[in-house]
Amino acid sequence: MGCFLTNSSLGRKLVMSISGCFLLLFITFHMAMNLVAIFSADAYNWICEMLGANWYALVGTAVLAGGVLVHFAYAFWLTWQNRKARGNVRYAVTVTEKGVSWASKNMLLLGVIVFLGLAMHLSHFWAKMQLVELMGGHEVVLTDGSVVAPTDGAAIIQYTFSQWYNVVLYLVWFAALWLHLTHGVWSMLQTVGWANDKWYPRLKCLSGIVATLIFGGFAIVVVWFYVQSLCGGCPCCA
Amino acid sequence: MNFTLKIWRQKDAHSKGEFKEYQVKDISSDTSFLEMLDILNNDLVHKGEEPVAFDHDCREGICGMCSLHINGHAHGPSQAVTTCQIYMRQFKDGQTIVVEPWRSAAFPVIKDLVVNRGAYDQILQAGGFISVRTNSVPDGNAIPIAKADADESMDAAACVGCGACAATCKNGSAMLFVAARVSSLAKLPQGRVEGARRAKAMVAKMDELGFGNCTNTGACQAECPKSISIAHIARLNREFLCAKLED
Repeated sequence: MGCFLTNSSLGRKLVMSISGCFLLLFITFHMAMNLVAIFSADAYNWICEMLGANWYALVGTAVLAGGVLVHFAYAFWLTWQNRKARGNVRYAVTVTEKGVSWASKNMLLLGVIVFLGLAMHLSHFWAKMQLVELMGGHEVVLTDGSVVAPTDGAAIIQYTFSQWYNVVLYLVWFAALWLHLTHGVWSMLQTVGWANDKWYPRLKCLSGIVATLIFGGFAIVVVWFYVQSLCGGCPCCA
Repeated sequence: MNFTLKIWRQKDAHSKGEFKEYQVKDISSDTSFLEMLDILNNDLVHKGEEPVAFDHDCREGICGMCSLHINGHAHGPSQAVTTCQIYMRQFKDGQTIVVEPWRSAAFPVIKDLVVNRGAYDQILQAGGFISVRTNSVPDGNAIPIAKADADESMDAAACVGCGACAATCKNGSAMLFVAARVSSLAKLPQGRVEGARRAKAMVAKMDELGFGNCTNTGACQAECPKSISIAHIARLNREFLCAKLED
């Protein structure tokens, strides 16, 4: 069993599929959690406190990091093998085949953008929240000089998305994630054999819906807080 | 019709290849692509030059021997046909046509446009057969098989093993070929018996021969001259994973 997950092409693909499914479940939870910030800063901060420096949050973080690393390491491993299998001489003329999406042929590129976005996101939030708590800190100094508690996630969100360049970077990140998921979701099911000709249109439609819901859920929070920052805390946004 | 051909010329497996340009003139629009290459070769022979080597046999789309990559497409610009079923009327007069051999590490070039597709034979030898006695045709016909299963099996069996799937796949994966062979036998009672062993053996051989990992782009299905569906890849995945879980 252990061997087949590393020494068989179908086993390696299974690892990609299951780790991808795990990450999809996580980002769905994260997206739902973020939406809470729109409705109540207190409720969002309560969730942040729950996911702070305690054993279950740390175990969760470690498992999640493991999932990301497995998915990423296998992606590079598979790509390296695939390039080798393609041979040294490439076609002089290439076309996009009928019905083949751009995303399906550029999953690694999209994955790298998602990973870089993740690094940016961790520096904006995790490094100012859970990491600070783990280091025993009780306050975080933001780049504008203001001081907030590491459990005050709502304030950190508000500050981060009041800057237009962060909004642009996050939207690009989410767009890459959207493209990655439009192929990734149905591909994940195909890899475990849960697909047939009747179900392909349904699964591809489902992938589009899942990807769009996740993109929309993340993007609306970013845009909401940016618009709110432009309003300057007017009564309608308060 | 007149055409400019850019054809990959390579003396042998160890030599470095390059594109060479040729002009072909007064070609009838009803000439097949391979006949056009025959005309070119005739001219080259008359000029004392080496003719272009290319694979072909039945010239009616059933043997899977022809294997040209034409203007970016395996088997040329039309869908669901082999190279021998391509006609010059599908190109524009005066067009430049780029002709390349299959590009895949598992299909090394032997000469010009001819590649060694022996890797597919090795995969077949690993498990693409049935060992059970099926007796004669009347006995085989007496076994009840659901129409839907028989149709699916026949659809998969339409694979001619031309190599267009691995040649098209950006990963050099042979999954569509292996899936078609596994699927065509898995859907029949005679082949079902060895389903698990077959899936494991053929996938292991495919991996051993250096084919890439399938990433479900669907390019193989789009370029397959027999329109083999990637649903057979899903079945291969099920067959293989179930077999491994039983180990």
